[in-house]
Amino acid sequence: MTDPILTVTGLKKTFDLSQPFLTRLTQGGGRKYVHAVDGVDFTIPRGTTLSLVGESGCGKSTVAKLLMGLTQPSAGSIRFDGHELAGTRAGQPPAVRRRMQMIFQDPYASLNPRWRVARIIGEPMKSFGTHPDPVARRKEVDRLLEFVGLSAADGEKFPHEFSGGQRQRISIARAISTKPEFLVCDEPTSALDVSVQAQILNLMRELQRELGLTYLFISHDLAVVNYISDQIGVMYLGRLVELAPADRIFAAPQHPYTRLLLDTVPDITMAHRDMDRPAGEVPNPITPPSGCHFHPRCPLANERCRAEAPVFRAHGDSQVRCHAVQEGRTDPMPLRKAG
Amino acid sequence: MTLLTVENLTVAFPGRSGTVNAIEDVSLSVSPGEILGMVGESGAGKSMTGAAIIGLIEPPGRIAAGEIRLEGQRIDTLRPDEMRRIRGRRIGAIFQDPLTSLNPVLTVGEQLIETIQTHLKLSKDEARARAIDWLRRVGIPAPEARIDTYPHQYSGGMRQRVVIALALCAEPRLVIADEPTTALDVSVQAQIIALLRKLARETGVAVILVTHDMGVIAETADRVAVMYAGRIVEVGPVAEVLTAPRHPYTRGLMASIPRIGARPDVLPQIEGAMPRPHARPAGCAFAPRCPVRIEICGQTRPDLTGHATRSVACHLSEEVPA
Repeated sequence: MTDPILTVTGLKKTFDLSQPFLTRLTQGGGRKYVHAVDGVDFTIPRGTTLSLVGESGCGKSTVAKLLMGLTQPSAGSIRFDGHELAGTRAGQPPAVRRRMQMIFQDPYASLNPRWRVARIIGEPMKSFGTHPDPVARRKEVDRLLEFVGLSAADGEKFPHEFSGGQRQRISIARAISTKPEFLVCDEPTSALDVSVQAQILNLMRELQRELGLTYLFISHDLAVVNYISDQIGVMYLGRLVELAPADRIFAAPQHPYTRLLLDTVPDITMAHRDMDRPAGEVPNPITPPSGCHFHPRCPLANERCRAEAPVFRAHGDSQVRCHAVQEGRTDPMPLRKAG
Repeated sequence: MTLLTVENLTVAFPGRSGTVNAIEDVSLSVSPGEILGMVGESGAGKSMTGAAIIGLIEPPGRIAAGEIRLEGQRIDTLRPDEMRRIRGRRIGAIFQDPLTSLNPVLTVGEQLIETIQTHLKLSKDEARARAIDWLRRVGIPAPEARIDTYPHQYSGGMRQRVVIALALCAEPRLVIADEPTTALDVSVQAQIIALLRKLARETGVAVILVTHDMGVIAETADRVAVMYAGRIVEVGPVAEVLTAPRHPYTRGLMASIPRIGARPDVLPQIEGAMPRPHARPAGCAFAPRCPVRIEICGQTRPDLTGHATRSVACHLSEEVPA
């Protein structure tokens, strides 16, 4: 772990979902909170990729927004190359934020339909002042378009003239236009067809090699994450339950939830056909289970797991938040709960 | 005996610059109890094929050629009121989003009982007993109590189970399931896939499973039809098509799917994108992206040919080793 570009410590985000004060007074009911991100720690070394995976509601996209300043953390620290960013707003301070950009999931919603592509890609260069001269800016836009596999003439077109994969290339060109060092990619290929997904993943890897980019990659697809990541963090109900080098996650998953996820990925080798399926669903995040949030679905849960939240602790190359792993109760691991 | 046969089906939409064929010359058959997967990218025509079978093509789209037969009876020429009696009773449907497929102001029980009584001659009490039985079969815990609750009181996975119960409660012979697991998380998706397979085996209902996800096909289907640009380009038993694809598109598609356990430096990719329906090239629609195209591919459209279980629409299907 040399030269971390981003260090996140104790990151928390709590959303207040309470009814208005008068409603609570007249109809009863207390305040309600969702701990969308509930104490997350990770470090990303420069030039590498950390992926966050988990099911809907686990808080992975909220982490992305917190890093970009699109929402403010309730507690914790976000240090980017020595600068503390917790508490600063999106785009502030510009000298630091220019070096961080984001690629969004939906290439249909994330490009302004009324702007020509050249203006979309040039906008960050204009607002951060990296290319104030319009002629030089346009030249740079043309270069970026060709760099991501489009042509300079495409700058005159509007987003609706492009396919989903081409639009995601435009998003990538926009994201790298200010010469950032760090990109947050929130499900960048989830809206794309598989044959196009491969093109975009290859382009992202190529950019990483050529520009030395660091990625935080958010996805629900473990196979995609496997291809792109150096480290993988598995999230469940706002907490990181396992963080490990990518090959370790797949070769030796520690946390029972990681094992469940790996078991349930539909597999084109048909390996899981006719297996019994782990039961249960992610609980409501407003009322998460006590202790370890995963205990109601966990085949290894005992009294301690129900009462006491495990801490995040190193276990070999991995960091795991699990009493059973820490107590050595995992072997032999029953893969699923009976019934 | 086949349950459903579709022959040379073409669905056309009139447009500003002439008619556009959403699907062209699609032929397929489904046997009782069989799960046929239809896979393809967005716009390939897989959902349109399902919509045509169930008689739900939105005007001005229409079936321009071909025929659809269910148990020998031609159903593509039926009047709307006749088709409505077939939907639900003989062909059920499961759609992607369980929340929009259910009526939010009726309890789950009211919706099941209404469907059962519409199609089967049963008293209210009998229908209710049957509804509870269906909820139990699709894995809803405590169905006697849950039957009187509303869809919003169910989780996403449980709602999709209710949708499956609704599709099956009138005991249809065929179910069209259009992306039934796409809106669900992976751990729930696995449960719903397993449920569909179990019910197909138990009830003998045939399923046409429409999805973009090759993993779902691999875990669920008996046979698979791969669609590209409005046509079926390859069809066969799922294990054969997935492990030894013969059409260059299927090969490219299978290679481009990231796999757990393999970390290549570069993922094999198919260059370009699928042409839109109004801009399909002459000849084979895949030819501009095809790594093995020959001269004839740009001129003549290959037919879907092959022996009984395995067919491929490619001029090179004989030459390309299996």
